[in-house]
Amino acid sequence: MKKKILELLEHNSRISPKEIAVMLGLPVQEVSRAMEEMEEERIILSYSTLIDWEKAGVEEVAALIEVKATPEQDVGYDHLARRICSYPEVKSLFLLSGTYDFAVLVVGKSLKEVANFVAHKLAPLEQVQSTVTHFILKKYKDSGIVFFEEQGSDKRQVLQP
Amino acid sequence: MTISCGFEPQRFISSRVKSLPPSGIRCFFDLVANTKGVISLGVGEPDFVTPWHIREACIRSLEQGYTMYTSNWGLPELRREVARYLKERFGLEYDYQHQILITIGASEAVDLALRTVLEPGDEVLIPEPNYVSYKPLTRLAGGVPVIIPTSWEKGFRLTAEDLEKHITPRTKLLILCYPNNPTGMVLSDEDMEDIALLVKKYNLLVLSDEIYAELRYDGPPRSFASLPGMQERTILVSGFSKAFAMTGWRVGYVAAHPEIMAAMVKIHQYTILCAPIMSQMAALEAIRNGGPEMEKMKEEYDRRRRLVVSRLQGMGLKCLEPQGAFYVFPSIEITGMTSLQFAEELLKEEKVAVVPGSAFGDCGEGFIRCSYATSLSELMEALNRMERFVDRKLSLKEAAVK
Repeated sequence: MKKKILELLEHNSRISPKEIAVMLGLPVQEVSRAMEEMEEERIILSYSTLIDWEKAGVEEVAALIEVKATPEQDVGYDHLARRICSYPEVKSLFLLSGTYDFAVLVVGKSLKEVANFVAHKLAPLEQVQSTVTHFILKKYKDSGIVFFEEQGSDKRQVLQP
Repeated sequence: MTISCGFEPQRFISSRVKSLPPSGIRCFFDLVANTKGVISLGVGEPDFVTPWHIREACIRSLEQGYTMYTSNWGLPELRREVARYLKERFGLEYDYQHQILITIGASEAVDLALRTVLEPGDEVLIPEPNYVSYKPLTRLAGGVPVIIPTSWEKGFRLTAEDLEKHITPRTKLLILCYPNNPTGMVLSDEDMEDIALLVKKYNLLVLSDEIYAELRYDGPPRSFASLPGMQERTILVSGFSKAFAMTGWRVGYVAAHPEIMAAMVKIHQYTILCAPIMSQMAALEAIRNGGPEMEKMKEEYDRRRRLVVSRLQGMGLKCLEPQGAFYVFPSIEITGMTSLQFAEELLKEEKVAVVPGSAFGDCGEGFIRCSYATSLSELMEALNRMERFVDRKLSLKEAAVK
């Protein structure tokens, strides 16, 4: 049941427990309780909105930064990960296999702001060996949603018998 | 010497075609098409785009140069897969070489069947409300449509009792379409068994349009042909449009007794030659690997179905819970309006399009067809608007009574 609730919420976090209950044929109290439980267990982490900021006219610069780092005794990469996470500029952080260790998604108001963040905050961290900054030029798909204009439009005839 | 006279196009149009009534909702359609910002619950096709792996299979086949005719019957691999599918899903055994024909959608198959079996004056039983094509196609094939009205009280199901009342010595064919467009209703096993008995008793043939067979929410799909003795008497029509979200590909199929099939193929080979190979290639991918995506779409429809029924009932509209297709057919009786009036005012006042039930036959009057093949967020917005509309109409009516 929880999985089905999550599937519905993943695509539309605005639907109410009552609507979920109707759609899944469950009592509404049961759905509400399951949602509260999953919030407490941090299975549901947030109910957020995916926004095309560029279209909203808000200037934004994002960069994907490769970070090579030195793991520490006992804690491995986790200690450094916590520090990087603390910066509000960091939107996402992943530990990866392969030629570098972290992928950091950083968002700022300008190129300069992002560059400054890397130069003054990220790169100087003790365990960071090196960084490579890739500025994001265009967003095509994010969180399963395609940003192309024609994608969402309904091309069907408006009325058919 | 030249004789000059004015060209009169009407003089060249056959009386058979002239006598066909124009589509009942043409004017309403134009009204909808010319209104901006409409959320349409009037669409009779999936809101999903054909799954990517199916589209990709078509692209790949084009790259490989599959641009030629196929056999009149359709690609042998596709017919073999259709036979396998009918066996697995419905327990039906068909010889793919002589009993399966690939058509331009289920629509061609319906037309083919009618033209193959009807003599002038033969009566065709058509339960209503029903999809708009059966009556005109019967007329074009020289047959006489005999309407069997069904009612809300009997869940819009065809009962053996009603069926028997309409059988005459001229009756040749019965058309069944369950799950039904526009009501979403299905026949129970008992209903089907009772109908089958009459079909045998009166020596009839059945044209079973099972295009919505996969979209069934109350259990596994069932084919009329799977009833004892009914396979040889049934022309089973289906296709890929609804279940696999492939409406625009125009690819369907028909399964029937080899001798009836051989007759149908005669017409098909002269009129159509064959279904487009690119669509057949896509259909092949769909029937081989499209199952999981289909199940996902079905689950999504099922959720919307429950929501729509609950919201419509919440508005005070009488509404049966449909067990198939993607339509609900609520009664708008309490508003005191005709179905066309309701649809027009709903469009003007709240910009939501639904299809008036009268478009599907006289006994559809007093009902509207709402399709839930629309994204959940659009559907919810449309229902909010409808609720406002119904509330307003009901309070107006109440005030008038006082």
